[in-house]
Amino acid sequence: MNKENFILQATELYKTYHLGKANVDVLEGVDLAINKGEFIAIVGASGSGKSTLLHILGTLDKPDKGEVRFAGQNLAKLKMRKLNKFRNKTIGFVFQFYHLLDELTVLENVLIPAMAQKSVFGWLFSRKTAKNRAKELLNQMGLADRIGHKPYQLSGGERQRVAIARALMNGPELLLADEPTGNLDSETGNGILKVFETLNKAGQTIVMVTHDERIAQRAGRIITLVDGKISI
Amino acid sequence: MFRKRISYFALAAVALCVFIVVVVMTIMNGLVDDFKQKNHSFAGDCVVQSESLVGFAYYEDFVEILDKENFIAAVSPVIKSYALVSLAGSSRNSGVEITGIDPVRHSSATGFGKSLYYHKNNTSKTFEPDYEPNLPGCVLGIDLVLTRNAKGQYNQREFILQKALVVSCFPLTAKGALSKAGTGLVNTKTFYYSDNSRSALASADNSVIYLPFEQAQLLCGMAGLTKRANAIHIKFKSNVKLEDGCEKVAVLWDKFKKAQQGQKQATLLDAVSVKSWKDSRRSFIAAMEKEQTMLTIMFALVGITTVFIVFVVFYMITSHKSKDIGILKSVGVSVGGIVNLFSNFAILVGLLGSALGSFAGWLFLLKINSIEDWLFEHFQFQLWDRTIYAIGSIPNQIEVDLLAVIISSAILACLIGAVLPGWQAAKRKPVEILQVSQL
Repeated sequence: MNKENFILQATELYKTYHLGKANVDVLEGVDLAINKGEFIAIVGASGSGKSTLLHILGTLDKPDKGEVRFAGQNLAKLKMRKLNKFRNKTIGFVFQFYHLLDELTVLENVLIPAMAQKSVFGWLFSRKTAKNRAKELLNQMGLADRIGHKPYQLSGGERQRVAIARALMNGPELLLADEPTGNLDSETGNGILKVFETLNKAGQTIVMVTHDERIAQRAGRIITLVDGKISI
Repeated sequence: MFRKRISYFALAAVALCVFIVVVVMTIMNGLVDDFKQKNHSFAGDCVVQSESLVGFAYYEDFVEILDKENFIAAVSPVIKSYALVSLAGSSRNSGVEITGIDPVRHSSATGFGKSLYYHKNNTSKTFEPDYEPNLPGCVLGIDLVLTRNAKGQYNQREFILQKALVVSCFPLTAKGALSKAGTGLVNTKTFYYSDNSRSALASADNSVIYLPFEQAQLLCGMAGLTKRANAIHIKFKSNVKLEDGCEKVAVLWDKFKKAQQGQKQATLLDAVSVKSWKDSRRSFIAAMEKEQTMLTIMFALVGITTVFIVFVVFYMITSHKSKDIGILKSVGVSVGGIVNLFSNFAILVGLLGSALGSFAGWLFLLKINSIEDWLFEHFQFQLWDRTIYAIGSIPNQIEVDLLAVIISSAILACLIGAVLPGWQAAKRKPVEILQVSQL
């Protein structure tokens, strides 16, 4: 692997959860490097630490020890404000349970990342461009006729495609997906995976967490986590 | 957030509180202002008054000095004492307060002229009964001669009824002792009802009889070689500030008092003070002001309740919205951004609630007198029984300053109620919230 092409590099990651008096070691020295344009699947049994690893890679959580570098920059050194901006611009998240805002329409849900870092006036000026971009993404996801619907009016697969469109709204360099097909039937899940494959072919870097080996086979590289360590 | 039904409860709570505060404060402030205005009208701007019923001497000299001052518009010396009054031929006496005045002077210095019914436009004839102008007249406080109907109106007659009133007074010497005058210790004189005065102050309208100045002076034993009076009511020119005018009068009085040192009755001047109408009528106004203060405190508590209601509503919203907050944080919204979101929502709730409450309050106040009339016609209900309270219509003029304070307080209350739960929710790690939401 060419070190120059690393988009993200995690070194010696440790994470322990403190549940009452018990300490649960979730990550125990994870080293990971992701190349630009890769489609990686992180697999492992329940409790193996794969979601925790994904959250740390996406700056939603912090490791107790170790560092994560994105394009050579140590993310631990970023202040909260810059970290929020980084997450907004560079990372896109897709969750198992979609996590859409129930009161907003499909279009409004997709627009959220574009609104997040804008002032009121900034948003007024950029709203039109953002709307066009959101509509284009929804069109790509086959949801052009659903933009005015609320999430509860959509099927599971449609919701997940809305979540993918939202994740792609700001053109992130890295797309992180946590069990994106975990809540879907195999046919719908397959549709979502096809979307990922298409995105990856277009150059999108994707890291997907799954417990299902068959789904993982669709990725370019599989990383297996066993008891908080990468199994070779 | 406005798509959550609970938000409308917050809006309704704010609107209701603003409505209550606007209505009650407007009515109460209106009543207090009206009462103060009536007291001002009754007393003039400034009063030079003796604490003693004996009064003070050399008042004529001081009136002459005041008349020359260019900041003073009018001056009226007044005799004040207590007397027994009965209808001629009746043995039933009532205790009254007698006020001796020159009606023209007193009308210029106070609102006395406007309070008259028959001589409003011709105050020089105030003490001339229409039925026999040569007889000595007297003006009775309106509640001494007429009764109010349920709507607070008096049944005034087109022409004045002939009534003879026997006034008995206990004259005092300059040293404060009862002087032997007239029939033993009592001075008695018959006066004829020439007009009635409505100051709309219950304390005056049901106990004061106005008599011609010289007659009252004689009755009270204040005539003689060195004449005495009890007070001098002063009206300032319109461009003179109350405090400045009173200060100037006080300086003039001190100078005058010094100049009178060594005079026979100079000691009487020591009991004289110069007061603004507010201080002079303090004992009457203070009770109303106290009520106003208590009401303000009560409404501060209403404000605190609003904060609490908004806090509870926002706490519930944030509890319901924790997943959404997690999602927002996962797409890069900062803690400040989320607090801002809640603050903006709170300001919007405050603004909309205040607008709704103010509009409802304005509409209610606009119709309050019609509503009261309707209630009285159908259920005989009155907010204030007009046979007891000297209130015309219920005050309903909203003060812009007061409205601004109420609206600002409502918005502030919403902000306080929203920021804390918003900040607490925003502080949580998104991964914690989202993991909990997944379970």
